[in-house]
Amino acid sequence: MTPTSKTLLAGLKKHDPRAIGRAISAVENNGDAAADLLAALDQDLINKVLVLGITGPPGAGKSTLTSSLITTLREQQKRVGIIAVDPSSPISGGAILGDRIRMMDHALDPDVVVRSMATRGRLGGLCASAGAAVRIMAAAGCESIIIETVGVGQSEMDIIRLADITLMVLAPGFGDDIQAMKAGLLEVADFLVVNKSDQHGAEALCMDMEQIFSSKQEETGIARVIQTVASEDRGIDELLASVNNFADYLRISGMKKERRSKALDAETLDWIIEMLRPRFLQAMKGNSGNKDPRIRAKELINTILATQNSPPNIFKETTL
Amino acid sequence: MTVQKTPYRVLIGKPGLDGHDRGAKFIARALRDEGFEVIYTGIRRTAAEIAATAIQEDVDVVGLSSLSGAHLRLFPEVVNELKERGGADIPVLGGGVIPEEDIQLLLGDGLNAIFTPGTPANTIIRSFTEACQQHRNHDANK
Repeated sequence: MTPTSKTLLAGLKKHDPRAIGRAISAVENNGDAAADLLAALDQDLINKVLVLGITGPPGAGKSTLTSSLITTLREQQKRVGIIAVDPSSPISGGAILGDRIRMMDHALDPDVVVRSMATRGRLGGLCASAGAAVRIMAAAGCESIIIETVGVGQSEMDIIRLADITLMVLAPGFGDDIQAMKAGLLEVADFLVVNKSDQHGAEALCMDMEQIFSSKQEETGIARVIQTVASEDRGIDELLASVNNFADYLRISGMKKERRSKALDAETLDWIIEMLRPRFLQAMKGNSGNKDPRIRAKELINTILATQNSPPNIFKETTL
Repeated sequence: MTVQKTPYRVLIGKPGLDGHDRGAKFIARALRDEGFEVIYTGIRRTAAEIAATAIQEDVDVVGLSSLSGAHLRLFPEVVNELKERGGADIPVLGGGVIPEEDIQLLLGDGLNAIFTPGTPANTIIRSFTEACQQHRNHDANK
């Protein structure tokens, strides 16, 4: 084990914020310390943690809801981790990560660990980094972890699958139920949070959603459509109570384990693609021609797999 | 020039009570357009809040903006808060309506660079880039 990963691990156990921040960076940047560190994380804590995913269209109130959930979880003496994901600019690769603004009230609470992450334009790699960030936060004592991301785009959808339970936040005035169905987001959501429920149109939105969610609701008897006014902390207790009931249901039925193992499979696949990418990009150089990409891909795979029986350290090469 | 391995992470914050964030937002956007990841913490934060956030987010550099005239107190306070939280290695840059005679004082108090309303955006971005490089090198040599 490298000295850095040893220091970071010791720091995580002591809940040291600097160590948590650095450990996540090490993974996000494919640093040398990452592999050792990830192998040595406390698996019991990782199994125990409850991961909530919060998604929804921009402006529905995701960050405000997250902040409100933090307040309530802190009242219950829970140590909380938050991973806030914002998109990177496809042009410059830069990003403005602004979700923290609404969480600054918790900035000085040592038991609220926040990490902002940019999608960095990777097809899958973010999912892998965010998954590792969840486990690092769990190993640093976080009992509940919230992943917050805009619910549009494939990479965001992949991320939200890391969660044990997914909350979809909607607000009145964001289009009708057909829009929501069109986005294909409702299938992944376990809960529908109708935020800004004091505004005009909330009642109708709720009725639409209740109908869509009626079968899910009947399956467990747990309310799945919940109204909140996050800016005033209204409805948050009810939401958390239902979420906790559902978490128990998932755990007892074995579904939590099932969901986790599916998520880990997805992450593994993500890493495979991420780690192979540079190798294939290299192989593609100077071998373009007019071949159909599908045929070319097959040929490249065959060539690389045939000539590389046991690549020495493929992981290192991705850090180029 | 070598290709930047991973994007630099910077925090842009406004300590103190003034609510004029046009400058801070302008810099945040300019940095994003140059490929930085910018964590923006909004207006009216305390030095402690900004420092704690910088540590959690593991940023390479902290950029502060103040237009209220309280920079002589607020900027060094952030430097000290960072130090207390184990982040003495994170460079702090400042900008705002800052009189010439205060610049030397701030640099003496541990600020890495100071920008005034006349500073061209390119100069500011170059300073951020250099400070980030400096921080990464420091990390690598540890």
